[in-house]
This record gives sequence, structure tokens and C-alpha cells, in this order.
Amino acid sequence: MSDAFSSAAPDDTMAGDPNEHFQLRLYVAGQTPKSVRAYENLKKICEEHLAGRYTIELIDLLKNPQLAKGDEIVAIPTLVRQLPHPIRKIIGDLSNTDRTLVGLQIKVN
Amino acid sequence: MADTRSDDRQLGSLPKALTGIDGLDEITQGGFPQGRPTLICGSAGCGKTLLSMEFLVHGAMRYDEPGIFFAFEESSEELKENVRSLGFDLDKLEAEGKLLVDHIHVEPSEIEETGEYDLEGLFIRLGYMIDSIGAKRVVLDTLETLFGGLQNEAILRAELRRLFRWLKDKGVTAVITAERGDGTLTRQGLEEYVSDCVILLDHRVVDQTSTRRLRIVKYRGTSHGTNEYPFLIDEDGFSVLPVTSLGLSHKVYNDRVSTGVSRLDTMLSGGIYRGSSVLISGTAGSGKSSLSAHFAKATCERGERCLYMSFEEAPAQIKRNMKSIGLDLQPWEDQGLLKFIATRPTFHGLEMHLTEIHKLVKRFQPTTVIIDPISNFIAAGNVREAQAMLLRLVDFLKAQGITAVFVNLTTGQVDQEATDMGISSLIDTWILLRDIELGGERNRGMYVLKSRGTAHSNQIREFVIDETGIDLLDVYVGPAGVLTGSMRTQQEAREAAEKRARQLEADARKRALDRKRAALEAQILALQAAFDAEEAEAAQVRDEFAEGERILQASRDDMAVNRRMDEDHQR
Repeated sequence: MSDAFSSAAPDDTMAGDPNEHFQLRLYVAGQTPKSVRAYENLKKICEEHLAGRYTIELIDLLKNPQLAKGDEIVAIPTLVRQLPHPIRKIIGDLSNTDRTLVGLQIKVN
Repeated sequence: MADTRSDDRQLGSLPKALTGIDGLDEITQGGFPQGRPTLICGSAGCGKTLLSMEFLVHGAMRYDEPGIFFAFEESSEELKENVRSLGFDLDKLEAEGKLLVDHIHVEPSEIEETGEYDLEGLFIRLGYMIDSIGAKRVVLDTLETLFGGLQNEAILRAELRRLFRWLKDKGVTAVITAERGDGTLTRQGLEEYVSDCVILLDHRVVDQTSTRRLRIVKYRGTSHGTNEYPFLIDEDGFSVLPVTSLGLSHKVYNDRVSTGVSRLDTMLSGGIYRGSSVLISGTAGSGKSSLSAHFAKATCERGERCLYMSFEEAPAQIKRNMKSIGLDLQPWEDQGLLKFIATRPTFHGLEMHLTEIHKLVKRFQPTTVIIDPISNFIAAGNVREAQAMLLRLVDFLKAQGITAVFVNLTTGQVDQEATDMGISSLIDTWILLRDIELGGERNRGMYVLKSRGTAHSNQIREFVIDETGIDLLDVYVGPAGVLTGSMRTQQEAREAAEKRARQLEADARKRALDRKRAALEAQILALQAAFDAEEAEAAQVRDEFAEGERILQASRDDMAVNRRMDEDHQR
């Protein structure tokens, strides 16, 4: 099943609505190096920029293939920003932090 | 023999999945390669989606092979709506678990790429769907959309290669569609990955008339038709028309059928063979349609059905005109023996016409089909296409044992014995109607140019159309050449007068001769009498001489007795 967990840290280093909560979903397929890397990169970015106001839901499509349809998942790994609207998708291992931030529309000072 | 061998080959070749599409199974010799991907490429709007959808629907409905349609472009609803017009109820098939439509939407505007990825998500999704209904057939309708949604082409290409291998491993018969690129079969070079079977669809517009064509570019491990085959999309869906699959092995008939003109039947030693093809060619107004209407009448009189395809006149007009020559076609139409179909040749492409004729023939089951005129088909395509189409039409009708009557309008006097359609060699009986212009008059002449297997007349006949129909008259052939019409009548009158004069003269000569004979006979009698008299006289002289001799002898004997001659010396 999906591993959902949240982390909170009182750190406001970013612009935008500082109280906006980010609901993120990371789709992976098993414990592949790319998936592991993506999760680690995501954790790092979130801790750095969204500390305390994000939720990451990790979905393993090998276990729940039926979930691929909902978010129109084609590539793995795919990060989906459920909230705030609109939905954004970032595919890849999130190794490029800047692009990930652009994708998530997190403005950095 | 031939059949067994082809059967063996069928068994030996790779297994195939029937498409259920008319003609396509024929040219692929059994359908798409089973358990392998087939690529269907072509430009926009040439029927890729429809072809692949029909492959699935037929698989689900006829061959018990469930299928999944993965649509990358259209949404499921749009797709269902589109094929509903062809009578495919996808909702029903979905409810029965035989066919699923899945829309895979890749929206480039909401996707950001960073770092490495693969398409495992797509694989999982396809795999999940395939397993959910145990699909045997899969369609990926335009996979190339992925190239628009994802930027890393290197990854994409590697993943597509993996995808095709994965589909093979899955054992599904897959159809992948792709847009045609500039100078390449597909815009993204997908043909490099799908090497088993590649089918190209084409949609050409020539002179404002569109024609669709299909070609098998490649089909590994099997023989296949290599030509371009015209295909059609109409209310019955997709159908491919194989050109060469019809061989020259149609059944032949020995019985003859009437042409509707008894004198013409005589010229053809009893009519034309059933199932043969007849070409009536002639210039404008030479009576081609009237003659073909007689064919129609003759067919209906035998209680058989006749299909009259008119490409020039409206049925009502034909009927009115034929009535004026004493040919009432209405009752036959009312009885359902005669069916008129009138369309403009340019209304749609040649293939559409051909398929329409195929369908009508299959539905109506006529024994005679009249195409009036074929020359107009050039207007719907070019000469070569029209030729090819007529070739197929002749073949098709022959294969069905249908007597075909083609009307061809020729122009000018020079080229009468060459059909511009170049189909003369396919035709069994060729009747040529021609205008004979003489003495300020135009009359119709007719002759049988050829008739296979028939000792046909070599005579030109004058072809007269009056209120009682068509009649054939002997033309005047004499020292003044061939005469027709009033000149023939005139000549005939002149000849009658001459004949009468000759008769009178002959009578006079006979009388003179008789007189002479009588005189001679009288003379002969007189001579005979004279001769007889002379002969009688001669006989008398002879008798008198003999008597004299006798008397002389007697007196000599007496003298001897008197001289007492010896008895011994008497002789």
C-alpha cells in the first residue's frame, strides 16, 4: 500500500503563500535505483523548501497497477503535485533541483 | 492440387490473427501476425484508427479474442462516438468484457522533466489492462503522441524498443498506428522497431476526387500481395479491394441468352453466352442505351434480375425514352426484376463506385449488369485508374457468372475500334454501333466486331429504332457501296425498276426465241418429210433392181438347162 507520511518543520525560507500545503504523490515501480534516487531527491528538496507543509504519498505501481490510470502515469518515476492546484507532473529522478522547483512552482528567493 | 499446397503453406507459415476486414485477410493471407506487433502508418485522416478499431471489434465479436484499444489521441467517449456510426457498440462490448477502451492522456504543458526516467508506468498500465480481460489483441493508437509529451527522445526510443519486445513477450497481437513523416513511413521512425508487419495507408486526391489505398510494405515470414490496394470506408466500415486475387478461373456457361433483339441473336448464332461480357460502343446518339435497354428487357423476360447502373441519365428519363421506342421498363421495375441505380461518376472515387457495385450485386443478385456508360469513369479518375477499375469489375462480374453489358461512348470516327478504356481485350462480345453518313443523312449501322466462341455474322446491319423498338435490316451492298436509310430505299426502288425492265426484256427475248424455235421445228418437219419420201423412193428402186436380178438369174438357169450343162459344174 501507499506509504503516506508527513513531516513538519518551522522553517519559512520561501516565497508564495507561505501557508500553502503541498500534497505530493510519487509514483514508482519497485525499488529501482531511479525510484530510490527520486525519493531521496524529493525528500531533500521538500525539507529544504517546504519544511512542515508537505505530504508525500509514495505509490508503488507494481503493487497497485490500477492506480496508474488516475493520474495518467506513463513515465516512472513521476511526481504529481495534487495540491495546490493545478496539477503538475514532474517526471524523472528529480536530480535537477532547479527544474524540480520550477515544476512544483516553488519560488525560491 | 494447388489448394492442398497452399493449405500446407498456410500451416507452415506463422500463425495469423484474422482481421475480419473484407479483402485485407485475403491480401495478408490470413491477417496480421499473431502475437507480434503490426505497424499501420499513414497521414492524418486516412483511416488508421478505424482499421485498428475494426481489427479489435471483429476479434472480440467473431474470433473470441478480447481486445484493448489504448487511445493516446482521442478520449474514449470521442472514439466510441466515432465508431458508433459504423454500427459498433463499444459500450456493449465493454460490458461483456470483450473490449476495453483506455485513453492515455499525456499533457505536455503540465509535465516537467528532470533526470532519468523510463516508461514503466505505461507498461504497468498496459499490462494491467491486458491481464484484466485476458486480451489477445491490443491497439496503440498513435504512440507517437508520446514524442509530443516527453522531451527526452533517447529514453523514449529505448523504451519503445523495449515496449515492442514486451508486447511480443506478452503474446498479444498488437497494432500500432503512426503518422506518416516526410519521406519516411512514420514521423518518428517507428518502422525501425516494428519489423514484422508494416501496412501503409494512403489518401490521395487526384482531380478533386479522393482515393484511399493500402499497401503492405513489409510482412516478415509470409508471402503477401505487394500492390497498392484501394480501400474504402463507408457505413459498413473498412473494406479492401484486392485486384489480383481474382484469377482467371471463373466458371463458364454454355447456354446462350438473348440480347433482346432477335436479329442480333441470329447474328451471334443464338445470342451471347451467359456470364460473358458485352461491350457496346458507338458515337453519341448511335443507340447504345436503347440496345442496352433491350438487354434489360430480355433479362427480365426470362424472369431474371437486371441491374442497370446509369451514370448519365436519371432512371425516369431512361424509362420515358425507352417507352418512346415501345419498351416499357416500368412493369419490370415494379416486379423487382429491374433495378436502376443512377449516380454521377464524379460523385465519388472509382473505388467507391466499384464497391458500390459489389455491394449491389451481392444484395440484388442480378444475372445481368448494365453499366451505362463506362467512358464516364475517366471523369472520376484518370485513364489508367479507370482501366484498372474496369478490369476488376469485369473480373468480378465474370466470377459471379453475371452477364455484363458495358456501354462505351466513343468520339470521332477514326478511333472506333479502340476503346479509350483499353478494355477491349477483356470483352467477349463487342458490338459496334456506328453512324453511316451518306447522302445528307445519318443512319445507324451495327456490326459484331468480335464474339468469342461464336460464329458471328460479319455483316453490317442497318440499325433502325422506331416506335416498336430496335430492328436490324440488311444494308444495301452493291456497286455503289454500302447504302443505308433513304438511299437504301431509293436504291432498292431503282433496282426494282431495273429488274422489271430486265424482266420485260427477257420475256420479249423468250417470245422471239419461241417463235424461232417453232419455225425451225416446222422446217425440220418438212425436211424430214422430204427425206422420208426420198428414202421410200430409194427402197423401191432397190426392190426393182433385186427383182430384175432375180429374173435375169432365172433366165440364165433356164438357158443352162437348155444347154445341158453338168450338174457338177453348176456352181
